[in-house]
Amino acid sequence: MAKTVKLTSPLTDQDVLQLNIGDTVLVSGVIYTARDAAHKRLVDLLAKGEPLPMDLAGQIMYYVGPSPARPGRVIGAAGPTTSYRMDSYAPTLIKMGLKAMIGKGKRAVEVIDAMKAYKAVYLGATGGAGALISQRIKAAEVIAFPELGPEAVHRLEVEDFPAIVINDCQGRDLYEQGVREYRRTAAR
Amino acid sequence: MRQIEAAQVTQAVKAAAIAANYEPGADLLAALARGAETERIPSGKEIFRQLLENARIAKEERIPMCQDCGLAVVFAEVGQDVRLVGGDFDQAINEGIRQGYGEGFLRKSLCHPLTRANTGDNTPAVIHTEIVPGDRLKLTVVPKGGGSENMSRLYMLKPADGLAGIKEKVVTAVQEAGPNPCPPIIVGVGIGGNFERAALLAKKSLLRELGQANPDPEVAVIERQLLEEVNCLGIGPSGLGGRITAMAVHVLMQPCHIASLPVAVNIQCHASRHQEVIL
Repeated sequence: MAKTVKLTSPLTDQDVLQLNIGDTVLVSGVIYTARDAAHKRLVDLLAKGEPLPMDLAGQIMYYVGPSPARPGRVIGAAGPTTSYRMDSYAPTLIKMGLKAMIGKGKRAVEVIDAMKAYKAVYLGATGGAGALISQRIKAAEVIAFPELGPEAVHRLEVEDFPAIVINDCQGRDLYEQGVREYRRTAAR
Repeated sequence: MRQIEAAQVTQAVKAAAIAANYEPGADLLAALARGAETERIPSGKEIFRQLLENARIAKEERIPMCQDCGLAVVFAEVGQDVRLVGGDFDQAINEGIRQGYGEGFLRKSLCHPLTRANTGDNTPAVIHTEIVPGDRLKLTVVPKGGGSENMSRLYMLKPADGLAGIKEKVVTAVQEAGPNPCPPIIVGVGIGGNFERAALLAKKSLLRELGQANPDPEVAVIERQLLEEVNCLGIGPSGLGGRITAMAVHVLMQPCHIASLPVAVNIQCHASRHQEVIL
């Protein structure tokens, strides 16, 4: 039976081990944004033995490139981007202690295996609901790579940010389960 | 000859780019409401409700519907009795995109393909210009998101593959896309023409009012059959499982070479945005 779990970052192993696919998670606290270009920068820094702009232990990475904030607003639209483009980088970050990723769409086997091995989860936010999701973001600040524009790394403070567990620490996949359950044969 | 100032083109494109990102069309809202009504799976129903709420917030609070404000595709139908004065046509369009994305607080999502350095103003737009009879200028601004564009496909089939081959490819494209392109999607299909025309037909089919059938009854039947097959895949809203993977399949078809059967599948996320203006 799917449950709703409130989590505050940074996350512990216990926090993520209790989650099953289909559970709703309401995330509060600090999360970091990174998408394609920022991931490349992060992994390049690691390869050179240089420090990252944040300590990844227990953290949550949100795959998003927000639209610009209007004056007086915290942020613009901020829904998830498609996660598979970060698949080649994700296992490295999971090994460094990253506990959760928020995005949309399927993950590669390598990422799912890394989540199993190092106890991490992948959460899905509603793709294309950028205006709705932005309301759960209470503060935003660029902390690295400002020259990347929308791809810069932001530190976000969120309150009850809603997401669904797509891949849990047992290696299960909500997308596959959904398709198995609802696939039909066309009447010809 | 009717004269149109380049500055008018810029103004029109700017306003259309902003409106497209903040104001979902009535056809899209109706389709989302229909989805909330007819999707039987609770998680899918909830996604439709969220998308309706998202559309309301976007319009009322002036936040783009989606943070991916798209690569700006601009379809221009230029009446042959129109003479553009005071500037270059493509430059005037790009200036409108530059101003619209800047002043409208829209995300700039274009970059150098290799260095990945952002162009900073969401230009250049992809502009498709057609010369048509008359003295009007019609501009349609279509902000196209990267997630759904990435899941689009082009197939050069053999004539022997026929309609069955076409259907198989369309269903395969949607199945492989799965949850990635933000379902519930709209599937644009171009059949015939050649390599580049099939893709253009697929994209153009997305401009049609959502869910309105192709006026050619033969093509309309193919659209209905494809929608039924795609919605048997079980992907559902947000890919969480469900009956409604696609809200519509739109097909455009034209003759092709005797050796060929080109088929293009252009996938459109539920944030289907297009704004038309006639000068």
